[in-house]
This record gives sequence, structure tokens and C-alpha cells, in this order.
Amino acid sequence: MCTVCGCSEGETKIEHGHSHSHEHDDHGHSHGHEHHHGEHGHSHEHHHDHGHTHDYGLGPAHAHAPGLSQARMVRIEQDILSKNNQYAAANRDYFSRHGLLALNLVSSPGSGKTTLLTKTIDLARAEFEMSVIEGDQQTSHDAERIRATGVKALQINTGKGCHLDAHMIGHALENLKPEDQSVLFIENVGNLVCPAGFDLGEAHKVAILSVTEGEDKPLKYPDMFHAADLMILNKIDLLPYVDFNLEQCVQYAKQVNPRIKILQLSAKTGAGMDSWIQWIKASRAVQLIDYAETH
Amino acid sequence: MHEMSLCESILEILEQQAQEQHYRKVKTVRLEIGALSSVEPEAMRFCFEAVMQGSLADQARLEIDHVQGQAWCSQCGRLVVIEQRYDPCPVCGNVPLQVQAGEQMRIKELEVE
Repeated sequence: MCTVCGCSEGETKIEHGHSHSHEHDDHGHSHGHEHHHGEHGHSHEHHHDHGHTHDYGLGPAHAHAPGLSQARMVRIEQDILSKNNQYAAANRDYFSRHGLLALNLVSSPGSGKTTLLTKTIDLARAEFEMSVIEGDQQTSHDAERIRATGVKALQINTGKGCHLDAHMIGHALENLKPEDQSVLFIENVGNLVCPAGFDLGEAHKVAILSVTEGEDKPLKYPDMFHAADLMILNKIDLLPYVDFNLEQCVQYAKQVNPRIKILQLSAKTGAGMDSWIQWIKASRAVQLIDYAETH
Repeated sequence: MHEMSLCESILEILEQQAQEQHYRKVKTVRLEIGALSSVEPEAMRFCFEAVMQGSLADQARLEIDHVQGQAWCSQCGRLVVIEQRYDPCPVCGNVPLQVQAGEQMRIKELEVE
């Protein structure tokens, strides 16, 4: 178990992690949960909802020893994702204090997220600083691709996990230490399902869909497109060669999420990249207003 | 959606509450799951059993209270029942509707000892 915050993340590995060897307990069930928070990095506070006990007194009539091993009811009324949401709130606070624009990039595998990032870095490096957290089940290939551009990147391998959670991001921030007032891209595990439910504290979720996928993805995976503020239609240079109904796709996305913004681009040819950079700059400007108020 | 990770989150909460509420064993877990939360109850039951094995909630019974999806239609001014997030109003066909209920995934109560 991680002695700093008592976390047990199974097979999660964060590059240059703070002694997260996690060799302890394969089953991950029998850990004791000591929470030593407070002295540690960027406030991983836990605001636990305290349930109250309804002791129904006598217990089942057949209890052999009154007072011992009595079944009782405990009301909890706690959101299943409440723990993740607490970590996400701590991350959001960190981003706000450091003037960081955090963007959570979500998509299926192979939509071109990493290529989009390397291209974005090339085009925007003169305008603002950037860093990247890469999430994949295995390998550090993507972080290496990012680092080849000269930008700081940290790989999180989730092992069997199918998404990044806010707790992993909290630890990654301690190691990555993004510059104040910079842009932090979080490239989530390629998966259009699970990352939708896990808030990482980001300013926006950005869903990337390539035109080599079906135009009905927004209807098939409505939670993801509902949670995203921006949908990027990538690989538009391939439109002449694929059966992808762009208009229909836009309509489906708006049906699931009437507020979603949509950009069409090709990270490969660079077409449409200007609008994407403009969108990042506008979002960053909003994030910096908050930062300027407190600095 | 991601029933396995949800069950792992449930177990974390059970373990944390065990200290605060002084129990050693969980016999029943009652959840409240909304129709719009994209949780498959059957997948949830399957994962629950697997995840709880060997834990303080080994063999615990899982009870799921379903909450139907409800949304407000601004066109006909009434609360309507919907099956999915992007459903049109069943009365007048209006979209989009404002979801009012059915997104929750909560642990309601536990039977413990």
C-alpha cells in the first residue's frame, strides 16, 4: 500500500512514481486503509459523507447471543463515485490555483489522439506551455512520442483498468509538476465507455472521433458525448475514401448533447487545426481569469 | 457501463465505513440505480459477487432499487418518463428534455454486523 495516502491501485503504475511499487496484495481487498493525508502534496482531502447508524436494537429473533453479532442497518446515502469525485475536486482546485487548463481527451483507440497532440504541440509551443499525462493499459509508447517533441509527459499504465481516475491524476501531478498557466492534456485510455463517468477535475472533456469510425458513435455511446464539451472529428482528409455521413454524425452528437461544440480537422494534414488552437486559447483565457483574481 | 470499477468503488466505501460505523461484516448492500446511469443491473450483480469475494462483504446480498428516468418537457410543461438520456418527449416529441431524475448511482443502506 502507498504509505502516503493508503491507496491501493492494483496494477496501476505511474512513471517516476513515489514508491508506488504496489506489490502488496494482488486481491486488493484486505488492506487496512490508513489515510495519512494532509502533509502531502496538493491537498488530497477526503470529505467523507458520514452516515448515521440506525440500530434496530434486538436483531433477528434467532440471534444466539444478544448484543453480539447482531445484524443492523446502516444508512449511507453515498454516491458510488463519491470518492473519485472528491479527488476530482482536489485536482480542480489545484488546476485553479496554478492557472492550469486541463483537457481530458477521450476517444476509442486509434482515433488519432496522440497525433493530434504532437501536431498541437508543434503549432502552439510558441504561444503557451504544455504538458501531457498519457493513460494506457500498457507501454509508455505514447509518452515517448510526446517527449520526442520536447514537451513534458508522464505515462500512467492502468494495468487492467479501462480508464484514468482522479486519484491517479493527483499522483501524476506531483511527479509531472506542470508549469503554472500552462495547458495540461490528459490523454485518457482509449475507451468510449468508462472514462465518461470519471471526473478528473478537468475543465473540459474533449471527445475525438475519426471518420474511419461509424457516424452513429454518438448514439451508441451517448454518455461520452453527453459528458464532452467539444467533439473533434479527426482524419477528415480520409472523407473521400470512407462512408462517413458527416452531417448525420453532427446531428446525432447534438441530439445527445445540444451544447456540444464540433470541430472538423485532420491532425495529419493540418487542416482545421487553427480552430482547435483557437478553442484552446479561448478556454485557457477563461481559466486564467480565475487565476488572475487570486494572484 | 463500467460495473467492475463501480463495484471496486463500492468495496472501498464499505471498507472505509466499516471503521467509521464499527462493523466487520456486510450482509446486504442496497443500491439505488437510475435508469439513465448506464449501469446494467445484471452485469452489476455479476461483478459484485466477483469483487466482494474474500472481502468483508463476501457472499453479501445485493439489492438494487431501480429509479426511472424523468425529464421536464418545456414544450408541454410536464414531467415525463424517459428510457434514455436523449429520448424525445413521449407526449409531444420535443427535444431536448431536461433530465430531472434517474442519473443516480448511490449506496442507500447496508445490513451489517
